[in-house]
Amino acid sequence: MHADEAVANRKDGAQAVFAGLATEPGVAKPDPILVVDNVVRRFGGLTAVDVAHVEIQRGSITALIGPNGAGKTTFFNQLTGFDNADSGEWTFNGRRMNGVSAHKVARLGMVRTFQLTKALSKLTVLENMRLGAQNQLGESFLRALIPSLWRKQEDEITERAEELLQRFKLDAKRGDFAGSLSGGQRKLLEMARALMVKPELVMLDEPMAGVNPALTQSLLGHVKDLRQQGMTVLFVEHDMDMVRDISDWVIVMAQGKVIAEGPPDTIMSDDRVIDAYLGAHHDAPLSAEEEERQLAEAEAALVAEAGLASGAGPNETVTTRKEPVDE
Amino acid sequence: MDWTLIFSRAVESGIGTEAVIYALAAIGLNVHFGYTGLLNFGQAAFLAVGAYAIAVTVSTFGLPFFLGVGIGLLLAVVLALLLGIPTLRLRADYLAIVTIAAAEIVRLVVRSVALEETFGGTDGIQAFSDSFYGLNPYPAGQYNLGSIIGFDERTMWVLTVGWVLVAASCFVIYLLMKSPWGRVLKAIREDEDAVRSLGKNVFSYKMQSLVLGGVIGSLAGFIFALSRSAVQPDLFSTELTFYAYTVLILGGAARILGPVVGSAIFWALLVLISTGLEEAVNSGVITFITVNQVGPIRFMLVGLGLILLLIFRPQGIFGDKREIALDAR
Ligand SMILES: Nc1ncnc2c1ncn2[C@@H]1O[C@H](COP(=O)(O)OP(=O)(O)OP(=O)(O)O)[C@@H](O)[C@H]1O
Ligand SMILES: [Mg+2]
Repeated sequence: MHADEAVANRKDGAQAVFAGLATEPGVAKPDPILVVDNVVRRFGGLTAVDVAHVEIQRGSITALIGPNGAGKTTFFNQLTGFDNADSGEWTFNGRRMNGVSAHKVARLGMVRTFQLTKALSKLTVLENMRLGAQNQLGESFLRALIPSLWRKQEDEITERAEELLQRFKLDAKRGDFAGSLSGGQRKLLEMARALMVKPELVMLDEPMAGVNPALTQSLLGHVKDLRQQGMTVLFVEHDMDMVRDISDWVIVMAQGKVIAEGPPDTIMSDDRVIDAYLGAHHDAPLSAEEEERQLAEAEAALVAEAGLASGAGPNETVTTRKEPVDE
Repeated sequence: MDWTLIFSRAVESGIGTEAVIYALAAIGLNVHFGYTGLLNFGQAAFLAVGAYAIAVTVSTFGLPFFLGVGIGLLLAVVLALLLGIPTLRLRADYLAIVTIAAAEIVRLVVRSVALEETFGGTDGIQAFSDSFYGLNPYPAGQYNLGSIIGFDERTMWVLTVGWVLVAASCFVIYLLMKSPWGRVLKAIREDEDAVRSLGKNVFSYKMQSLVLGGVIGSLAGFIFALSRSAVQPDLFSTELTFYAYTVLILGGAARILGPVVGSAIFWALLVLISTGLEEAVNSGVITFITVNQVGPIRFMLVGLGLILLLIFRPQGIFGDKREIALDAR
C-alpha cells in the first residue's frame, strides 16, 4: 500500500526530527513554524500564563498537555489574538504576531478551535462550513448584490465543504441547523470548519473531548492526515493514550509555565511532569521512595497546618496533598 | 355598528403611510437585530435624521429637495459610524444603551430652544414638501382601491413612493442575505468569536450592518416627514423604536417580509380595535367605557395580543419554529 507507506514515512520523518532533542522546556527545533518568547498573562494576582520560550516544529503534531487550569487555553488565546498578553512576543513563519487581531491571525494561516465549541446554531451545517472559506468574493457588500460574481466560487467552496463533511461523517447532517447537533458532532463540525480556512497551523483545544471512542479513532486518522498534507498541528488533550498515539512531541504546562518537553513515550515518566500532575490523577506509577517522600511531606504539611490553624494559604498544601490510594 | 367602516379603516391603515413608515423602520432594525444581533434601541434617531434633513435643507436653508434627501442619507451613515465606532467592539448591551441615549440626544437637539432658528424647536418645521408633491403624477381627486378603501392624490403619491422603497429595500436585503455577506452577518449574530477565528473582520461587518439598517431607517424618516408635510421632535421618541421592534417581532425577525407583514398587521389591528371600540361605544353596544378611553385601551389590547403572540408563536408570523427550539438547548 503506497499511501500507508507514505503516511508512515511522514510520521517517521516528523519523529526523526525530534530524535535526540533535549527534553528541556524551550528546546530549539530545527524548523519552527511558531516561536514564542516570554508571553505573560495575568488575571489580577494570578499569573495564568508565563511561557519563557517555546518552539513548534513545522509539519509535526505537537501535544500541549497539563493539569486543569495550567493555562493551556489562555496560552492559545494569547497566540491567536483573542486576548491581549501583558507582555511577550511570538512569531509565526517569522512574522511578528503580537497585537495582531484575531481575524488577521486566522487569515495568516493560524487557525484555532475552542474548548467550548462554538457552533453557529442557526446556520446549517453546510453554511457553517462555507463560512470558513477565505477570500470569498461574495463577502464584500457590493459584490454580494450580484450573485453571478460569486456563484462559481460558492460552488467550489460547497464542493470542498461536502468533501470535508464526508470525511468527518457529518454529510448526512449538512442541511440541519448546527444547533441541533450533539456535543461531539459540534466538535467535529468545528474542526472541519477550521480546515475550510486552509490553515498552515491548526490549534485544536481538546478536539476529542466528548467524542465517542470509535469516532475518536477516525478523528485521530484525520489529524494524522493533516500532517500528511503538510499542516502543523498543535493540540490540547487530557487523554494520554491519544497523545501517545498521534503526537510527535509533547509540551507540558503547569501553573502557566512550560515545565517539560519530550517525546510522547517518555514524557509521562519525567519527574517534573509527575510532580505537576500530582494531586490530580496520573497513570504513571510512583517509585517507592518517591511515594515515601510524598507521604512524609504530606504528613509534615498536615502537622504544619494543624499548628498554624489554617494560617497557611491553600496553595501551599495543594502541592503536597496526596489522594487516597485505591486498592 | 358600521362594520364596513371598521374594516375599511383597518385595511386603509394596513397599507397606509404608518404601515409604510414602520415597515421601513423595522426592515432597518431587522438588519441590525434580526440578522446581525445588534441591539439598536435608537432607530428613532435615524428616522429623525432623515426627516429633519429634508425639512431643514428645504425649509430653513431654501435648498433643493433632492439635496435634502442626499444629506439625509449621508447623515444616517455618519450617525451609524458615530454610534458604532465606540461601541461595536464592546459587549452587545453597550450598543443598546448608547443607541437609546443617542436617539434622545438627537431629539433634544432638534427641539432645543438654542437651535430653534434651524430646527424649529418643539413646533418643528413645516412647508418643505412642495417639490415632492410637485412631482405627483396623480391628478387631484379621490382614488378608490377596491370598493371600500380610498385615498386622496397626495396620500396615493406618498404610498406609491413608500411601497416602492419598501419593495426595493426588501429586494436588496433578499439579495444580501442570500449571499456570503449575509452569511457572515448571521454568523456574527450566533457567535462573534467563532467568526473571528475564521478570519472575518467582525467589526467591519457590524459597522456595515449598522450603516445599512440606519440608512433604511432614514428612508422611513423621509416618508414620515413628507406624509405629514411637517416634522416635530417628539414624534421621534423612544416609543417609535419600540413600536418598530414590536412590528419586527410580530412579523418574524430575520425574515425578509417579516417587518412588512408585521407592520401591516400591527396597524390594521390597532385601527380595527380602536374603530371597533368607538363604533361599539357610539352605538351603545359597549356602555362601560367612553370614546375617550378607547385610545389607551387599544394599546392595552395590543399589549395583551403581543404577550399571547410571544407565548404561543414566539418566532412571529413568518418565523421558523425549529429556530426557537434551538435556543432551549
Ligand atoms: N478571564 C479570566 N479571568 C480570570 N481568570 C482566568 C480567566 N481565564 C482563565 N483564568 C484562569 O487562568 C488559569 C488558566 O486557565 P486556562 O483556561 O488557560 O486553563 P487550561 O489549562 O485550559 O485548563 P483546562 O485543562 O481545564 O481547560 C485558571 O486558573 C483560570 O482560572
Ligand atoms: Mg482549557
